[in-house]
Amino acid sequence: MELLTVDRLTKSFGARQAVRGVSFSLGSGQATAFLGPNGAGKSTTLRMIAGFLEPDAGDALIAGKSVLSRRTAAQMRLGYLAEGAPLYLDLSVRAFLRFLARTHGLSPAQSRLAIDRVAADARIEDVLARPIETLSKGYRRRVALAGAIVHDPPVLILDEPTDGLDPNQKVAMRALIARMAPEKAILISTHQLDEVEAMCSRVLVIDQGEIVADAAPAELAASAPGGRLEDAFHQLTHTEKAA
Amino acid sequence: MKQALNALVSVYMRELRAYFLTPLAYIFIAVFLLALGAFTFEIGHFFESDRADLSSFFAFHPWLYLVFLPAVAMRLWADEARGGTLELILTLPAPTWSLVIGKFLAAWTVAGAALLLTAPMWASVNWLGAPDNAAIALAYVLSFLMAGGYLAIACALSAAAGNQVVAFVLSVAVGFLFTAAGLPIVASSVAGAAGPGLAEGIGAFSLITHFEAAQRGVLEARALVFYLGFIGLWLTLNAIWVGARKGG
Repeated sequence: MELLTVDRLTKSFGARQAVRGVSFSLGSGQATAFLGPNGAGKSTTLRMIAGFLEPDAGDALIAGKSVLSRRTAAQMRLGYLAEGAPLYLDLSVRAFLRFLARTHGLSPAQSRLAIDRVAADARIEDVLARPIETLSKGYRRRVALAGAIVHDPPVLILDEPTDGLDPNQKVAMRALIARMAPEKAILISTHQLDEVEAMCSRVLVIDQGEIVADAAPAELAASAPGGRLEDAFHQLTHTEKAA
Repeated sequence: MKQALNALVSVYMRELRAYFLTPLAYIFIAVFLLALGAFTFEIGHFFESDRADLSSFFAFHPWLYLVFLPAVAMRLWADEARGGTLELILTLPAPTWSLVIGKFLAAWTVAGAALLLTAPMWASVNWLGAPDNAAIALAYVLSFLMAGGYLAIACALSAAAGNQVVAFVLSVAVGFLFTAAGLPIVASSVAGAAGPGLAEGIGAFSLITHFEAAQRGVLEARALVFYLGFIGLWLTLNAIWVGARKGG
């Protein structure tokens, strides 16, 4: 079953076309890496899917709900970790998660259970009472991830989820994503190619606003002369140098 | 609709918490009360007037709101833009209007709390004499509505400007226009230049025109319509300006 369908999404900023008719779909039980060089259109695509940016053309369906015509219903089914993991620094971790849970329509009792669940998943139980502004970057990233999954959405979009994490935290984050993957459709934007092979069963590569590859990591790696994902990525996105 | 109300209440609670977790609300309330007291007693000559009413107290409300309320509301949207949380809040499952109203109501609650804490003035004037309590109650209600008008301007301009300082300056400037339009000096100048009809028309759009009538104990339906319509208009602009940010 397709949980995320992206249909010809297009977006321009002034004269620059950032995303050009991007289409793909994700099914349940699939963690997909979304790769591309800086400025390729990754975050713009994710922001359109999440409903933060209005596309010039195209649409995205989240669990069958259009982000254009049924935005609230679509967003109810989406967990979105934005680039930079924005957080309300003045709130405690628990208050922040409660805010998100309540905004997603969870009752107070459901919110308490959900907060306990995601705090255990993201390993942030020990900082629940602390103000977010006092936390390290790694903890903040995990709090943001906990916020993205507090309502247990079927579709997850994670924009650079391991950015700023130390190696141990990265391992924990990968393990969490691996645990969630069987039940959800997960789209992960990352620059860490080693993570792709560790976490994802599929890779989408975007360059200059267009999808230029859609394959399994091993298949993509095998397509390059060096047989490495890094080589394949370089080969597919070398146009950036000329730009 | 239920989801929109969930989001509205959630945003309202989050903003209210933000006001009272930081010194902002306490400082606003304390300075507002001090300033109001100083104006009432020193400039309004409350005791010297020898009248058991609160006219010298209410007279300064618009001018204090003009300066203080933009300071309360300027952070509401500009802070989201600065801190990157605009992306967080605009990807929540909530229509823009519920976010706009939730934030506005939180700021209005802070203004209401400040107004409520002036109740000892009302008690004092009852101790000193026999005021027209119905007129005072009416003036309080209209003052609260007028505060909503100033806040709605500031909320909208916070979304439009995306910067707290710019939002504050613009809000004071726009608020001043909607205050000064009701001043006699403006009315007489406009009447002299363009006729009394235009002067009356401009005065009708002032935030102080309907408030002055309320202080005399006159409740006019059009005053309620004006303030609620004024708030609604600026909150609509607020939602439009927030929505415009989604265009990229």
